[in-house]
Amino acid sequence: MTRLDALRAVYGRLEPCAVVTIMGAVAAELQSIGHRENFFYLQHAMGLASSVGLGIALSRPEIPVVVFDGDGSVLMNLGGLTTLARYRPANLLHVVFDNESLLSVGGFPTATSTGTDLAAVAAAAGVPRTAAVSTIADFVAAFDAAQRARELTTLVAKVDAKGPAAFVTDLGLLENRFQFQRYLESR
Amino acid sequence: MPVSTANSKIIFDALKEGGVRLMSALPETWLVHVIRMAEDDPDVTLVRLAKEEEGVGISMGAHLAGVKSAMLMQNHGFLASINAVVSGAQLYRIPLLMLITDRGTFGEGDPWQTEGGAVTEHVLNALRIPIMRLDDPAQVAHRIRQAQTLAASSNRPVAVLLMRDLMWEAA
Repeated sequence: MTRLDALRAVYGRLEPCAVVTIMGAVAAELQSIGHRENFFYLQHAMGLASSVGLGIALSRPEIPVVVFDGDGSVLMNLGGLTTLARYRPANLLHVVFDNESLLSVGGFPTATSTGTDLAAVAAAAGVPRTAAVSTIADFVAAFDAAQRARELTTLVAKVDAKGPAAFVTDLGLLENRFQFQRYLESR
Repeated sequence: MPVSTANSKIIFDALKEGGVRLMSALPETWLVHVIRMAEDDPDVTLVRLAKEEEGVGISMGAHLAGVKSAMLMQNHGFLASINAVVSGAQLYRIPLLMLITDRGTFGEGDPWQTEGGAVTEHVLNALRIPIMRLDDPAQVAHRIRQAQTLAASSNRPVAVLLMRDLMWEAA
């Protein structure tokens, strides 16, 4: 499956959620489907999307939070999985697109290409629900099951190492940040 | 342990008075009492971190979600979190309140703290982060309020340095 198809498959389900993505391909692809005011793209600070999601989830427990993370980013903040697991906010769904590659910076293979299993790492860190999928149907089913479960879930989706032609979009970083903050204020 | 309980309480109370409802922390000798107070207070969410840079992300999320937060860390923890400060809090204009213990300067007996102590303020200056030093308990509440006010008006990180004379009661 491609990450773009996976994002398209759950795009409609993101309407009531606060969504945090990592930089690069994930941010550009989600914007290519259609930017919404409830989407925040962390365009740098690699590894911290799950921490930003945790901060939102703990601060606003009534709002469902979805983080779109990546294998390279998670590997930069493995300790963050233990913090997620420790506080395990029920309103946080942590999706990890695993393309076994640092695609946005030239395709350097990550440790998931040589056997590191991020769903198993998350489970061993104490994340109460984990799943690993590799088809669109399984991804959507696991996404829905996680939202119904109301329990912290790390969902690892194996995707192709393919991305968009360009990563810079016409949405300003600060424009996005203040729009997202006002969206949360309005909820 | 000769960490000042009374002054830790003054710091904690000032943070609470300033509306801080989420504190992230890593263990540090000088911070043990403040961290325990945060843990014991039902109005405060304490997030125990694995590494300090996570705290920057958590404070970003909390700010975007309308909750005032503070980071409690040693200066070496600050040094470990610099990319998060630059590429997170500064890039996205987050009013990040960092309380940093000033280890490794005059009076420091632990050899391993001394390199960090020598560079902390230089690094903060290089990052253009304003520094508020807390050494007098009578000034703590006032200065923490001033630091919070500047962070909010500038939408940028500020550093509150917790100095030895405030935190440590050894003879």
